[in-house]
Amino acid sequence: MGFTIAEKILARASGKKSVKPGHYVTANVDLAMVHDSMAEVYDILLRTGVKRLWDSSKVVCLLDHWNLPPTIRAAENYKKVRRATKKFGMRYFYGQSAGICHQVLPERGHILPGQLVVGTDSHTITYGAFGAAGAGIGFSEMAYVLTTGKLWFKVPETLKFNINGILPRRVMSKDILLHIAGKYSVEIAQYKAIEFSGQTSKEMSLSSRMTMSNMAAEIGAKFAFFEPDEKVFGCLKERTKERFHPIKADVDASYEKIYDENVSTLEPLVAFPFSVDNVKPISKIGPIKIDQAVLGSCTNGRLEDLRIAAEVIGRRKIHPHVRMLVIPASAQVYQDAIQEGILSKLVESGAIICNPSCGPCMGAHMGLLASGEVCIASINRNFRGRMGSNEAELYLASPATVAASAVNGKISDPRAF
Amino acid sequence: MMRISRLKGRVWKFGDNIDTDVIISGKYLNLTMDEIKNHVLEAISKGFSKNVKPGEIIVAGRNYGCGSSRETAPAALKALGIGAIVAESFARIFYRNSIAIGLPAILCPGITKIFKNGDEAEIDMKKSLIINLTSKESLKFQPFPMEMVKVLEGGGIEHLLRQMVVKDRKRSGKKQVSRG
Repeated sequence: MGFTIAEKILARASGKKSVKPGHYVTANVDLAMVHDSMAEVYDILLRTGVKRLWDSSKVVCLLDHWNLPPTIRAAENYKKVRRATKKFGMRYFYGQSAGICHQVLPERGHILPGQLVVGTDSHTITYGAFGAAGAGIGFSEMAYVLTTGKLWFKVPETLKFNINGILPRRVMSKDILLHIAGKYSVEIAQYKAIEFSGQTSKEMSLSSRMTMSNMAAEIGAKFAFFEPDEKVFGCLKERTKERFHPIKADVDASYEKIYDENVSTLEPLVAFPFSVDNVKPISKIGPIKIDQAVLGSCTNGRLEDLRIAAEVIGRRKIHPHVRMLVIPASAQVYQDAIQEGILSKLVESGAIICNPSCGPCMGAHMGLLASGEVCIASINRNFRGRMGSNEAELYLASPATVAASAVNGKISDPRAF
Repeated sequence: MMRISRLKGRVWKFGDNIDTDVIISGKYLNLTMDEIKNHVLEAISKGFSKNVKPGEIIVAGRNYGCGSSRETAPAALKALGIGAIVAESFARIFYRNSIAIGLPAILCPGITKIFKNGDEAEIDMKKSLIINLTSKESLKFQPFPMEMVKVLEGGGIEHLLRQMVVKDRKRSGKKQVSRG
C-alpha cells in the first residue's frame, strides 16, 4: 500500500519510515513564517526567557496585516516586531514593502516542494500549490517552533479531488473552490489533507493553484496539495539555489474519498453572507447593489487576477456609487501590473490602488464597511463583521465577477463582458 | 491523568460554524486583552461578555472556531473565564490553539442533543464524561492523546516552554562549572 503526499512529508519530517492517518508525530519543521503576530510571539518568547531561535535562517518574517499601521497602537506593534527580528538576528525580514506573506514567500524562493512549513496564519496552506505541506498555527505554538524547531502533528486522512474539463470563459479557479464548498460544505475537509488532481489542475497556472490551495482553508483542510510539476520547478529555478526533493503520491496511495468534478459547465459563483458554503450561481441571483468591490488578498491579488479585472472592465468606468479597491498582493505583482499597463487602466476606470498588504480583508483597516453596506470581494472569508461593521454584508467571488460587479454597481455576471 | 479533574458550570449553547471573526473580530485584535474581552461573540450573542461567569462552559455544534489562526479567539474566551468548550467538532487551528493555551477543547459528537442553553454541566476529565446536571443525561468523550494531556496539564505551551528554558539554563550552567 502506497502513501499520500501528506503521509510522506510527515514521515520524512518526523524521521519515520512511514506514518498512517491518526498517528501523532513530532516533526521537524523546515520553515516558519511569522507576520504581524511576531509581536505576540515575541511577548511569549520574552516571558519564557528564550534567548535564541532554533535556526534564525529558517524563519521568515514580514508585516502585512496592519500595513501601513492605521493607529499608533498598530505602529507600536510593528516597532516591537522590528525589535524582535533584530534581537534574534532573523535573516529574512521583509518589512512592510514586500506584500502579503503567502505571495512573498513563494516569490522569494522560500517555499520548496516537500517542505513542512508552519505559519501564524490560517492561509499558510497556500504553499500546497508548490507541493509543500503548509499549516497554520497560533502564537504559542509558533513560540515553541521558533525555540525548538519541532511541533506535534496528527497525520491526516487525504481527500482527492480530480478536477477535469475546460473552464469556460470568465470562470476562474476561485469558482471551482466555491463550487466544492457549496456542494460539500465548509467541513468537507475538516482536519484532512487534500490533493487536487486531474487534467484541469495540471493545466492550471501556479497562481490559480495558489487560489485553490489558499481557499482549501475555508473547507477545513490542514494541507492542500497540487503535485509539484515543471511549472513549479521552472518558477523555482530563477528564485532559489536550494536543493529540494519533490514528493508525489504513490499510485496506490490510500484516500479517504475521491471526488470527481467536471468544470466544463461551471458558471461564476458567489458566496453569500455569512458562510463560504452559502454559494449560488450568478445566473440564479437577483439584483444585489454594492457599495464596495475589493480585488486583492492572498487568495486573489496576483497578476492574473488584476489582469482579468482590467480585461473585464475594459474602457468602462467603475459605477459612480461603488468604491473599487485594488490591492496587489506583493510589490512584485504591483510592479508587473504597472509594466503591463494594468494599473493605469484600473486607475483610469476609477479604481483605487492600495499598497501591497492584506488591506481590509481581515477587518484591520483600509476600506472597512459601514452598517448596511454591501461589498463583493475576491478574498477568502465572508464572516459576519469580518470587513468592518457587524451589520455589513460581504459576498465572495472571483476577480472577474468582482470587476463586472464594480462596473454595474450590482453583483454581475462577468461572462457578459 | 488530567490534573484538571472536574469542571462545573452553566452552559452557553451555540450553533454550527461559529467562526473566529464572530468569536473576536479582526478589528479588535490590536486592543489589549482587557478591551478585547468586551467584544467576544458580540455579533451573535449580545451581552455575552458581560454575563458570562468564570467556570461556565460553551457547548457548540460543528466546526467551532473555523477561520483564522488567531490565538486571540480561544485566549479571549479563556480570559472571560470559560472553563471548557465542548463541541460536535472543531476547526483544526482553533482546536490546537485552545490546547496550546491550556483551555480544554472537548470533542464530543452528540453533545448538542443533550444540552439546552442554561443547563448545568459537569465535566469529569478523569472519566472522560460530561453530565447534564439539569436533565441527568450524560455522554462519554474520547480521552485526550498524551501529547495534549502534557500541554493541558502544564497549563499551556507557554508554561512548558518556560520550564524547558529553566532546565536548559541549569544544564548549561552545570556544563560551565565542570569545564571551569
